[in-house]
Amino acid sequence: MTLRKYLVLLGVVVFSALGNVLLSRGMKQVGEISFHNFHQLFSALLNVWVVGGIILLVLFFVTYLTALSWADLTYVLPATAIGYVLMALLGRFFLHEQVSTLRWLGVLLITAGVGFVAGGPSLTIHEPAKVPLPEPQEVEP
Amino acid sequence: MKYLYTWGAILVVVLSSTAGDILISHAMKRIGDLGELRRRKGILHVTGRVLTSYNFLLGLACMACSFFSLLFALSWADVSLVGPASASLTFIANAFAARIFLRERVDVRRWTAALLVAAGVTLLAV
Repeated sequence: MTLRKYLVLLGVVVFSALGNVLLSRGMKQVGEISFHNFHQLFSALLNVWVVGGIILLVLFFVTYLTALSWADLTYVLPATAIGYVLMALLGRFFLHEQVSTLRWLGVLLITAGVGFVAGGPSLTIHEPAKVPLPEPQEVEP
Repeated sequence: MKYLYTWGAILVVVLSSTAGDILISHAMKRIGDLGELRRRKGILHVTGRVLTSYNFLLGLACMACSFFSLLFALSWADVSLVGPASASLTFIANAFAARIFLRERVDVRRWTAALLVAAGVTLLAV
């Protein structure tokens, strides 16, 4: 696991958390979308926070694909779950959302899960099938 | 009936999201280290390789299906049920599917991590 790869995983975490938080901030400004004002969904694309959120989520997807090109899915998913933790923190301190004690407990459990997986191997190497060597023949003198 | 629609939709969200993740992961492994490829052949080549991969495009379609099922589920039930239910079940389903289809080595460490994260995500919505 090189520095470059850690940076990519960090990118997955930061871009997903920031992207979703910006998207949330923008959509709260746009207001609740219902069947009657469905067209508002398209004007939401003009909101600067929504645009910023979409750009960051595109960057998330690019870093996510890159990570999957050199690590197992079952490594990338929990390793980047720290993004949920970052999202909770940003929600509390940037969006001033109410975060209950149970939610912070959830954050703790996720952190434990991340710590568990990040310390292990990141890729399953598929061994080619071992072909048994033929028995050495006794050579008659 | 509402119960059936809600959990039916959640099941579709979980299955299509898992299928999408498996297909995309498989596609990325086939293409190889994207960082190395970009250094050797340039960003346009990498983009072309990704966008012309059938597995990737199919995986993307599955993700789109998952998203629309999520919208459907949200029209019937609260996000505080649908969100954590689909997210945590997706984590578990991904672990199983990666073991079976991608033949990834999902050891005790990874199973524990998946369960911890799933439990944590569920609590986030409470």
